[in-house]
Amino acid sequence: MAQFLFLLFAIFTVLCAVGVVVNKNAVNASICLILCLVGVAGLFVLLDAYLLAFVLLLVYAGAVAALFLFIVMLLDVQGKETFGLRGFRTIAGFVAFALLLAGIGSVALKGQIVSSPPVSVAGGAQLKLYAYQLFTTYLLPVQIIGFLLLISMLGVIVLSKKHEIAEDAQ
Amino acid sequence: MMTASLNAYVIVSAVLFAIGFFGVLIRRNTLIVFMSLELMLIASTLALVAFSRVNGTMDGNVFVFFILTVAAAEVAVGLAIIVALFRRRQTVQIDQLDTLKN
Repeated sequence: MAQFLFLLFAIFTVLCAVGVVVNKNAVNASICLILCLVGVAGLFVLLDAYLLAFVLLLVYAGAVAALFLFIVMLLDVQGKETFGLRGFRTIAGFVAFALLLAGIGSVALKGQIVSSPPVSVAGGAQLKLYAYQLFTTYLLPVQIIGFLLLISMLGVIVLSKKHEIAEDAQ
Repeated sequence: MMTASLNAYVIVSAVLFAIGFFGVLIRRNTLIVFMSLELMLIASTLALVAFSRVNGTMDGNVFVFFILTVAAAEVAVGLAIIVALFRRRQTVQIDQLDTLKN
């Protein structure tokens, strides 16, 4: 059953990721991104990371992808993107993609990641374990992350403010 | 509930990363390039969770927390930059943002 679910979620996620990349319309691409995140959250559930699956849906699909949709609608970009498959960069893109796929193939066929059989964290990773780690081992990173969020908030305010001097110069 | 092997999870994560990388290289719309970037971050997150699950430690999961936070901050700042850029240049196509080229 879990095997079937894994296949289902994996194929769904990869298809939605392809949808993000090949979609001409930015709105459709962000919808595909949300679906892809739902698939990844399903994979997280299969990996017993229930809390992370929930946080992923909440933060990413709820906030980040919605923010993307807002910006797409705000900018009102017409679908005039030149999505021509030509030029040096396209060739470079295909070559890089092929190289990455070859690397994945070699890992899949030859490399075997040696690992002990899965140790079960009792009943999956519980909230208490996260809290314990976050407030003991990773206390300083938590503080730094909080500071980073503050800085990014200020940065967004500064960036989205209209600069009168620059406007005059134009 | 983990019957699929670690290899399978790592392969899915790597395929996601490759697709995101491809999108970053090939697309010209800045917003979609940004979405592909998010895809790559998510792929690394999946690999971290899988490794953490197999090793029975919490470190990977906690790292995913930090990655999610940093990604949220990054999206906010990046989208603000794109909006400022659009206000100045009236375009978000990468081909037309070539002031540094000449």
